[in-house]
Amino acid sequence: MKNIKNEMKMEFASKSANEAFARVSVAAFVSQLDPTIEEIADIKTSVSEAVTNAIIHAYPNKDGVVKVRALLYEDEIEVEVSDTGEGIENIEEAREPLYTTKGNLERSGMGFTIMENFMDELKVESIVGLGTKVTMSKKINKALQKNTY
Amino acid sequence: MNVKHFIEDKLLIFEVNEEIDHHTSERIRKRADYEIERFMPKKVIFDFKKVNFMDSAGIGLIIGRYKLTNSFGGELELVNVSNKLRRVFEMSGILKIIPITQNFSNEKTG
Repeated sequence: MKNIKNEMKMEFASKSANEAFARVSVAAFVSQLDPTIEEIADIKTSVSEAVTNAIIHAYPNKDGVVKVRALLYEDEIEVEVSDTGEGIENIEEAREPLYTTKGNLERSGMGFTIMENFMDELKVESIVGLGTKVTMSKKINKALQKNTY
Repeated sequence: MNVKHFIEDKLLIFEVNEEIDHHTSERIRKRADYEIERFMPKKVIFDFKKVNFMDSAGIGLIIGRYKLTNSFGGELELVNVSNKLRRVFEMSGILKIIPITQNFSNEKTG
């Protein structure tokens, strides 16, 4: 069993101005684990992708609530981004690089690909009509561990 | 975003000076398209020197401006792209068609 060292939860309106707020908050929270600048950048980018997805896709025509939960373990962060919006019909398809339903908004379809590459693990759960939960985790302090060898 | 026109060279430089995400990219896109459409440059340069953060919205932003510039035969180039930003661009493969120049200075004569 991994021990949870710390936990935070936040929720906010699905407004695009909150994308920066969400990623900066998670970055500030994970700083307790003393991550490298690269690790912080990866986490910020991934949180930004997940939150943007929720804002654009979960609530396309109305305001809703986006929830972010972050758990800190000894050497790992886990971030959950969830919504109670429209849900994803075909998760496999949505995770394909370059797949987008919002080409008219110039969305690149790279959101999930970036989360997959910048984090260690990514799980996407969704029920159409009920909502989506994205859970991603990343080991922290790999550089530090290397230095102690 | 600062915009610099070099009329004789038909060169247009966009100095982006904010984080690029879904929220900010729409404003950047509108401003860029307005300048590109009225100026019809031979070359468009996006300078990322002052960009501390970019997510995949930056990919869409650059692909869109590339298509627009390309539609009348212009070129598009990215300059001063940090490693952090380069990693995001690399995910999409657009660097195969859009060149990056480092250590670019636009303190051009004239």
